[in-house]
Amino acid sequence: MADTQPKGAAPRPVFSGAVSPKSRLQRWADSDIWYSFKRSPVTIVATTVFFMLIAGALLAPLLSPYTPFDPGSLNLMNGFTEPMAANAFTGDYFLLGTDDQGRDVLSTILFGLRISLFVGITAVLFAMTLGITLGLIAGYIGGWLDGLIMRIADIQLTFPSIMVAMLLYGIGKGLIPPALRDEMAIWVLIVSIGLSEWVQFARTVRGATLVEREKEYVQAAHLIGLSKWSIMLRHILPNVAGPILVIATISLALAIIAEATLSFLGVGAPKTQPSLGTLINVGRQFILSGEWWILLFPSLTLLALALSVNLLGDWLRDVLNPKLR
Amino acid sequence: MSTLPVLSISDLIVEFPTRRGVLRPVDRVGFDIARGEILGVVGESGAGKSMCGSAIVGLIDRPGRITGGEIRLSGERIDTLSQEKMRRIRGKRIGMVFQDPLTSLNPLMRVGDQIVETIRTHLPVSEHEARRRAVAALEEVGIPAASTRIDSYPHQFSGGMRQRVVIALALAAEPELIIADEPTTALDVSVQAQIMALLKRLCRDRGTAVMLITHDMGVIAESTDRVAVLYAGRLAEIGPTRDVLSSPRHPYTIGLMASTPSPTGGADRLSQIPGAMPNLRAIPPGCAFNPRCTKAFGPCTSELPVLKPVGRNEVACWLFDDALTGNPNKAEENA
Amino acid sequence: MSEQTPLIRAENLTCVFDVSKPWLNRVIERRERQFLTAARNVTFDIPKGKTFALVGESGSGKSTIGKMAVGLLRPTSGKVTVDGTDLFGALKASSASALRRRIQMIFQSPYASLNPRWRVGDIIAEPIRAFGLASGDAVGARVTELLEQVGLAENDGQKYPHEFSGGQRQRIAIARALASNPEFIVCDEPTSALDVSVQSQVLNLMKDLQRDLGLTYLFISHDLSVVRYMADQIGVLYLGQLVETANREDLFNNPQHPYTRMLMDAAPRIDAFGRTADAVKGEIPDPITPPPGCPFHPRCPLVDNRCKTEVPKPFQTGETNVACHAAEEGRGRPEAA
Repeated sequence: MADTQPKGAAPRPVFSGAVSPKSRLQRWADSDIWYSFKRSPVTIVATTVFFMLIAGALLAPLLSPYTPFDPGSLNLMNGFTEPMAANAFTGDYFLLGTDDQGRDVLSTILFGLRISLFVGITAVLFAMTLGITLGLIAGYIGGWLDGLIMRIADIQLTFPSIMVAMLLYGIGKGLIPPALRDEMAIWVLIVSIGLSEWVQFARTVRGATLVEREKEYVQAAHLIGLSKWSIMLRHILPNVAGPILVIATISLALAIIAEATLSFLGVGAPKTQPSLGTLINVGRQFILSGEWWILLFPSLTLLALALSVNLLGDWLRDVLNPKLR
Repeated sequence: MSTLPVLSISDLIVEFPTRRGVLRPVDRVGFDIARGEILGVVGESGAGKSMCGSAIVGLIDRPGRITGGEIRLSGERIDTLSQEKMRRIRGKRIGMVFQDPLTSLNPLMRVGDQIVETIRTHLPVSEHEARRRAVAALEEVGIPAASTRIDSYPHQFSGGMRQRVVIALALAAEPELIIADEPTTALDVSVQAQIMALLKRLCRDRGTAVMLITHDMGVIAESTDRVAVLYAGRLAEIGPTRDVLSSPRHPYTIGLMASTPSPTGGADRLSQIPGAMPNLRAIPPGCAFNPRCTKAFGPCTSELPVLKPVGRNEVACWLFDDALTGNPNKAEENA
Repeated sequence: MSEQTPLIRAENLTCVFDVSKPWLNRVIERRERQFLTAARNVTFDIPKGKTFALVGESGSGKSTIGKMAVGLLRPTSGKVTVDGTDLFGALKASSASALRRRIQMIFQSPYASLNPRWRVGDIIAEPIRAFGLASGDAVGARVTELLEQVGLAENDGQKYPHEFSGGQRQRIAIARALASNPEFIVCDEPTSALDVSVQSQVLNLMKDLQRDLGLTYLFISHDLSVVRYMADQIGVLYLGQLVETANREDLFNNPQHPYTRMLMDAAPRIDAFGRTADAVKGEIPDPITPPPGCPFHPRCPLVDNRCKTEVPKPFQTGETNVACHAAEEGRGRPEAA
């Protein structure tokens, strides 16, 4: 077959140009994630509920009809008002009723949600930072560091995470001077829950890193002399972000429940800063005497929060996992 | 030779509905394979060659399905059969050899047991007779010490030996047709030569028809009787291998042959086809090759060309439409 | 071999991998430690502006040698010198980046070699920034220049790798490799994942760039027909050893080693209708337990007792360097046609 092209004047076809680059918004509107979201009513409902709860927590001072933790504004006469009723003595109206102290349940829930979400999100961020760092080190640098980190993770996994959190909470409280205990309680809670949740992040990140580090784009980065940290953060981290997002969502639900469990057991958020768990613990005392609303409404809120986060996590896992598509 | 072709495909269409429209990885493809004939199906990745093979054995991944045309095996229509009936045809009447031998072998079963199972599922023979045949089959494909190796597991064989086992398995039930999808692509050249020689010899001896799917023009030249060239899911050219490869008619086949580097040739510069095969989502109107074709003219960008006999080949190209071009190729024909 | 001073010199490169099972498994299963010699005493020179090709089948160690030549993998023994500077010595020194800039690599997989989360423009700009070759707007101008040099358009820099076909991605990888103005590029099977019509585009592009920029290539491939098109000098590898090194004409017209002849014979040819190649018996042995003597002897048609025990030493015949007892003794040499 004769070579038909003139030598030296090789045509260099320009392949693209007709299709212009897309903006971020166009990419998003065109993406599979958005498409899958639109087609999943459950996910739409879960997202709506989740963001309503977030909004409720953020706007608690504005939305609350009462200021439940200001002793000056509390009136014991309002105690045990039923939902959707005005108090017989004071004439104050309470949508979701009041507790024994006369605190408005709706307002306590909004403020409790604030604490629960703050503790949950901060704990997950803490667990995520720790887990990603250790996972990247274990997966990318490897060697004895990998062995050490993963053995610690294995050992921690043999205990239920709520037990680990309780243990750490106990140690943390013991280390803090008594005067600061109430003030620091929330932070001790965050660190305890965070430390009990990092393992999932570390294992996932390590696994994904082991796959990514063998890819040729990482070798190309080596060739231009980038440092290990630079390669880990700039090249590998963006490529393991998908699974991290899924784990973060599922961990958020777990962290919220862990916080509620600890607070329910009376070792979590202090009475002065009650979370949903604390409120449920308070309500538990009155369920047998007929004041059901004090328990029911905080419990329903916790359920809605945990369920919506979990459903979001399930959907994310499906949509980000190419094998399930 | 019997009058009926072993495999006869006409106007086969495979479609995949997606949210961005319906894709057609196979678009009106038709060919026959006679008894004892090896038909090569060649094309670049995404040309639809593997999808053709999957369609024949009824193994298209959902949501894809056959939406047009028909497939006949020795005259019997098989594209409309139930899953259950197709399962019986696979293995018994159509044997399959894939690029990765491990997709055809069960890693947890001894290779002998897999062959015995295939033989006994499809042929009425005793366990003892089936085992005797399995040893014979392994010997025939050149497995040394077949009577002891029969009790090994797939992972205990090398890549080339595994592909030999797969061939033994594919031939075990004496099928009429073998579909070999890139059977040697994962192997080294020296082993590739062994496997192709084996496949050719066994199918010639038994009169088995073979559909050999590959991207390698060298393998096509050395092993096939006829060749079908696919481009973007459509048949561009089909004919006797020698005619298609040494006097290609379709501009795509011409370009493909010219850009294949030859170990014996010494061109300073390789000939190249500009651009790349279109994505299935963006097949241009008219002839799918027209944006890359140096000879494209009027009808190429709007009308779909159909296969026409040109010499001993059949070509889907407007250049060979007498009415349109004032027959510029007749002179070449007679020469 | 050549009068020019070589730009790249590999001397006695040897690479041994420890492929032992973990300690506990070894103790329980009573296994010895196991070592895989991926490359053994590999020596070659590449003159400036030329292409040296390494050809071999799987397990021949060609990619291992490529990684050692760019400094991604430290040889167990032997050394690589660039313009007389020891590569691995220099990589430890503070001036490492000056040497790194001169060496680049093009990888096999156009899918794994580009970070999927980065825009193409950023991928190409990374070496420019890392070596401080330009700053500010000059980076963008240089990226555009590189994109155009490999046949892509300016606004392709705004897109992500998944928006391109395999051949276009390989062009992007070439643009990245060119970004640091290197002199030496290791090309590890750059077209084996591409279709033929696209392969010829990429090979032509690489040849044009070599001519225009005076590049020196180490070209790694399993495909003799591609090597014939690209290379000036060719080294044939078998089980980690160079069995024959020759210039292109000599290798293809007068191959000395039986393995080279077998490779040429077994490669399918587009003009050999209905040919059944005389297949060589056997397969490549397990590189962990290579055969004694000449590694090719179990498959060699010219084998005798000496081959089974004594490792052949390379010897020079004409401009060809061969490691084969049969070639040295003139045993079984086919008459030149």
